[in-house]
Amino acid sequence: MSAAQLHAATAVAPQAGDVLSIENLRVSYGSRFNAVPAVRNATFSVARDEVFGLVGESGSGKSTLSMAILRLLPAQAHCEADRMRLGDTDLMAAGPAALRQLRWTRLSYIPQGSMGVLNPVMRVREQFLDTIADHTQGAQRREIEGRIETVLAGVNLRPAVLDQFPHELSGGMKQRVCIALAILLEPELIIADEPTSALDVVSQRQVLETLSSARRRIGASMIMIGHDMALQAQLADRIGIMFAGRFVEIGPTRAIFEAPRHPYTQRLIGAIPSIRRRQDIGELARRGLEHADGATASAHPDLPLREVSAGHFAAIEL
Amino acid sequence: MDLRYLLKRLVSFVVTILVSATLMFILTRLTPNDPIQALLGRMAATGSNIEGGAELVAMYRERFGLDQPILVQYLSYMSNLILRGDFGYSLAYFPAPVLPVIAGAIPWTLGLFLVSTIFAFVAGNLLGALATWPSTPRPLRYVIYALAPVSAIPYYILALLLLYLLAVIFPVFPIGGARTAGGDQSLGLANILDIVHHAVLPGLSIVLALLGFWVLSMRGAMALVKGESYLMYARARGLRDRRIFMRYAVRNASLPQVTALALDLGKVVSGQVLVEIIFSYPGVGYVLYNALRTADYFVIQGVVMFVIISVALATLILDLVYPLLDPRISYRDGQA
Repeated sequence: MSAAQLHAATAVAPQAGDVLSIENLRVSYGSRFNAVPAVRNATFSVARDEVFGLVGESGSGKSTLSMAILRLLPAQAHCEADRMRLGDTDLMAAGPAALRQLRWTRLSYIPQGSMGVLNPVMRVREQFLDTIADHTQGAQRREIEGRIETVLAGVNLRPAVLDQFPHELSGGMKQRVCIALAILLEPELIIADEPTSALDVVSQRQVLETLSSARRRIGASMIMIGHDMALQAQLADRIGIMFAGRFVEIGPTRAIFEAPRHPYTQRLIGAIPSIRRRQDIGELARRGLEHADGATASAHPDLPLREVSAGHFAAIEL
Repeated sequence: MDLRYLLKRLVSFVVTILVSATLMFILTRLTPNDPIQALLGRMAATGSNIEGGAELVAMYRERFGLDQPILVQYLSYMSNLILRGDFGYSLAYFPAPVLPVIAGAIPWTLGLFLVSTIFAFVAGNLLGALATWPSTPRPLRYVIYALAPVSAIPYYILALLLLYLLAVIFPVFPIGGARTAGGDQSLGLANILDIVHHAVLPGLSIVLALLGFWVLSMRGAMALVKGESYLMYARARGLRDRRIFMRYAVRNASLPQVTALALDLGKVVSGQVLVEIIFSYPGVGYVLYNALRTADYFVIQGVVMFVIISVALATLILDLVYPLLDPRISYRDGQA
């Protein structure tokens, strides 16, 4: 482990009682001789009942990171971590059987765009029932089966959707079915991968509201992935900014928005359009291109995360 | 089920049969061979003395209606065929009508065809799916891929190979026929076992010839399904591997396979004709073979008609079943 990595590990050291703690997670794709890194030394943790916003542009490694936590990376991906624990379970050491049982009972997932995630030839009810059947038995199974309609009502869906096939539901309804499935077994951690990116603005708002109230109800922690800074500002307790596979800044939402330290974060927040200072699209696009160049340049030296204020870390020269 | 969907499928079924019956009528009229000349030739060859041959030909022509204008011939042909199921008389077994000659062979053909086609479909698809599934033991995968190239061997070669191997060198199974000659005709257990024993080799040659196709095409279908998000989502939900395999992967990958089955039925039927000839299995294929040897035109017509009707019927059934397999296919018109 290099000095920089060591520093990063101690700087954002996990606390006891964290739901998820990750140290130096590295994921690369391709062969050993031609490996393309997708996640580089990611170190962060998620506390109990916390919403951790994971922000970054396309290709920055957000989805790879979430798949790595779920241990569902494709076969050609190579994943290593000094530490990756869900509660007191070592995710890196868990075998297939242990992982299967842990998925959904302790760790659930809301996919990015729910278009193709439900089995097209099975009614929604069957997909609820098989999820329950493979994780519970006896009285507990009956209890959760009896709760399906309540959980659906919690995400504003009528029980009638249970008897429908996925293609008969709208995108927003499917997304809410996925939210209902994600909270059904009351997991400790929910990973939501851009849960609203496929929806229109009105549905986005509704779905996010149902998601956050459902999450609060079961007291789960959540990693919310997305590149919409405005949405993150509303929901996240802390935000981690990823760029080119690395965290460039992690901190409380308020600190990130009020005092962003890394140039990439600064430009990300600067790119939020405001109704008060109206810039035309051309200006925003030009600044977007500039920020890409600038951020690439500034991100080039692999700087470790340093604490810039209480709980606020940034990969910058002090 | 929507009535209009059913009606549309039924209409297309009937039209298929009418068009093919018409084509068959035209084709037989186009052949340069004259069935009556052929009959007379056969009689002459067996040493029968033909007196007044020309009158005889004229008489036969009149009797079979061949002196009528072509349109009248066509109309009476169609009305006989469709309204009365009358295919005419067998020339070889005259005066036996065609229908009983074929009807006696249908149960044998249908039994062999249904069992071997369904077995090959189910086994081939399951093996093909298992071959692509990560948790399948490696040796099993090798066995499956070793089976696949067998389908490149044509039916008749495969049948001859099996015949030579399992009936001649190791006489485990009978050389031919559908039952032991001279046995009783009752439906006792011993008799059924005897029938199954006779059906194994012809069945096996059909199954082996079809199996590889299903294995390889299922492998392709599974490769597509494995990239689908519902499979990843099923894994993320921590479902059991066996459930993901059967209910998520195989269930979805088998949809295009059912379509392929419908398209493949014709090939299966024509392949079976050869198998029946090799094993002298008393099915429709064997009847066809004998009819071809004796230039028994009406029987040939009857057999071809049987093949057309059975393929059209199987396609109709698959058409009606498919929406039950894939709920995205609507029964309502416009989408169906």
